[in-house]
Amino acid sequence: MAQVSPGPAILVEGLTKSFGEVRALRGIDLVVPSGMVLGVLGPNGAGKTTAVRILTTLLLPDSGRAVVEGRDVVREPAAVRRMIGLSGQSAAIQEELTGKENLELIGRLYHLTWPAARSRAAELLEGFDLVDAADRQAKTYSGGMQRRLDLAASLVGRPKVLFLDEPTTGLDPRSRLGMWEVIRALAAGGTTVLLTTQYLDEADELAGTIVVFDHGQVIAQGSAEQLKGQIGGDVLEFAVPDRGRVGDAVAAVKPLSEGEPHIDADTGMVSVGVGGRGSDALIDAVRSLDAAGVVTHGLALRRPSLDDVFLALTGHAAEEDGLPGGRRRGRRRPPAPAADTKRRAS
Amino acid sequence: MTAVAAPQASPSVPTLSTRARWATIDTLTITRRNLIVWYRVPAYIFFSVVQPVIFVLLFRYVFGGAIPVPGTYVQFLLPGIIGQTAAFASFGTAIALAQELQKGVIDRLRSMPMARSAVLAGRLVADTVRMLVTILIIVAVGYAVGFRFTNGLVPAIAMIALATVFGLAICCIAAFTGLAIGDEESVQSFGLIWLFPLTFVSSAFVPIATMPGWLQAFANNQPVTFVIGAMRALALGHLPVQADLLKSIAWLIAIFAVFAPLSVRAYKRAA
Repeated sequence: MAQVSPGPAILVEGLTKSFGEVRALRGIDLVVPSGMVLGVLGPNGAGKTTAVRILTTLLLPDSGRAVVEGRDVVREPAAVRRMIGLSGQSAAIQEELTGKENLELIGRLYHLTWPAARSRAAELLEGFDLVDAADRQAKTYSGGMQRRLDLAASLVGRPKVLFLDEPTTGLDPRSRLGMWEVIRALAAGGTTVLLTTQYLDEADELAGTIVVFDHGQVIAQGSAEQLKGQIGGDVLEFAVPDRGRVGDAVAAVKPLSEGEPHIDADTGMVSVGVGGRGSDALIDAVRSLDAAGVVTHGLALRRPSLDDVFLALTGHAAEEDGLPGGRRRGRRRPPAPAADTKRRAS
Repeated sequence: MTAVAAPQASPSVPTLSTRARWATIDTLTITRRNLIVWYRVPAYIFFSVVQPVIFVLLFRYVFGGAIPVPGTYVQFLLPGIIGQTAAFASFGTAIALAQELQKGVIDRLRSMPMARSAVLAGRLVADTVRMLVTILIIVAVGYAVGFRFTNGLVPAIAMIALATVFGLAICCIAAFTGLAIGDEESVQSFGLIWLFPLTFVSSAFVPIATMPGWLQAFANNQPVTFVIGAMRALALGHLPVQADLLKSIAWLIAIFAVFAPLSVRAYKRAA
């Protein structure tokens, strides 16, 4: 386990995978330097889980290459498995076993001796705040505790590269924050982490670099700040309580818009990129909405979030028939098809 | 391409004997894990122990009096019940594997550097242990309600061994169905569809001669009848054993030859 790998922790080149007619991955390239937290962001069905399954040797790619710590996942899967840890969406722990038993048995499966498995389990229970629950069956654990135990299980073998496939999906906000803390601590300890998530704030919080997946392709890559920079300027946002008037509201603010206004059909939230015009845009918006006689809630100007970036990117990709997004900021885009305005990253 | 230098690669490539040792250890670890789960879940204990005991009592005291057999019914019944119990142990195999597949346990284990064979092997070893415990309990209950081995100790042990190997063969079929279907409830229904006719339309509970002719044709030529015929002969002693035993062994070899590779393939493919 002590060998030095000169290359990046994860290297992916031209990876493709289809399931029958469905092209889950259409040529993915990734380079993850050692010690980095990479956030893989995308909606359901974007290909995130497929990529993780290939990188963790659970699935063979159709073409392309994937290398983890210098070992090819197709040609040397056993070597790859000794370097990685995987923590998935569903807790892969045995609920009828206690927390301690789960970790000890996994230690045995990593070929630790019994004493070593016991001390590793004790260490992890301590580190994950599960000491009090160590001798209780895991089925009595809360969702957050089960997820922590699951993550602890993935660390039994001291992996160099950790794959976290939507580690906080389905957790309550407090447990999510707890998981974030744990993941940050791991990253600080030098573990390379590849994290998939549907939550933009999660990628923003944890990941040094973010790649955005959509329809099996990487459509953008960079730090959270770089991605936000792609959208350019501020975002004006408001809610329209009377859903029947959303169209009027959009028409009223459209002249201010740098891009196509986005409408969240579920919440009635409208967001509009207004570039660098700052508070002038806010004043103009108040005037036009008032003139149109539309009542709004929570009208505010804010810095763009990754949500805005994601919507801009995926919307753009769909309009431009799969061309890389984010290149034409500051220009008016052709109207997006109605379906795209509803597409959200959650 | 990445040329891996030999000195780096060699320490991490285990020899064949090391791998065999690890595969054994991993299988035992998974076995242990499965057995802990078994004795902690009351429902599993119920289905593997209480249900067969109820069957013994039901057939011994309720239906038994109405079924004419050569000799006493309890002597006729016990080998049949034991055979059926061994076959029904396979429900546990199929359901557990389908659950593990659905919950992502198998994926998780497959991403670890453990022996790939261990999940399947550990499941089958644990289920065989479970089955053996159940069979011994039924023998004890049988003794309480009047059953006796009348052919000596070694044939009695041979009978239990035959029942266990038969159960393991059925578990292999179930492992394949569990992994291929991959959905707990469908697996359970599917198990009922093939295991009920297979065990009841046999010589397990009634003499085949009492069935209609077309059903006799099936009952007389299916493996459960041979296995139970051989078990009965081993347990009681006054019946011819050789023909049924040879046919049983042939069937068991055939089942293992077909379904062991199919299960392994289904396990490798399971996504």
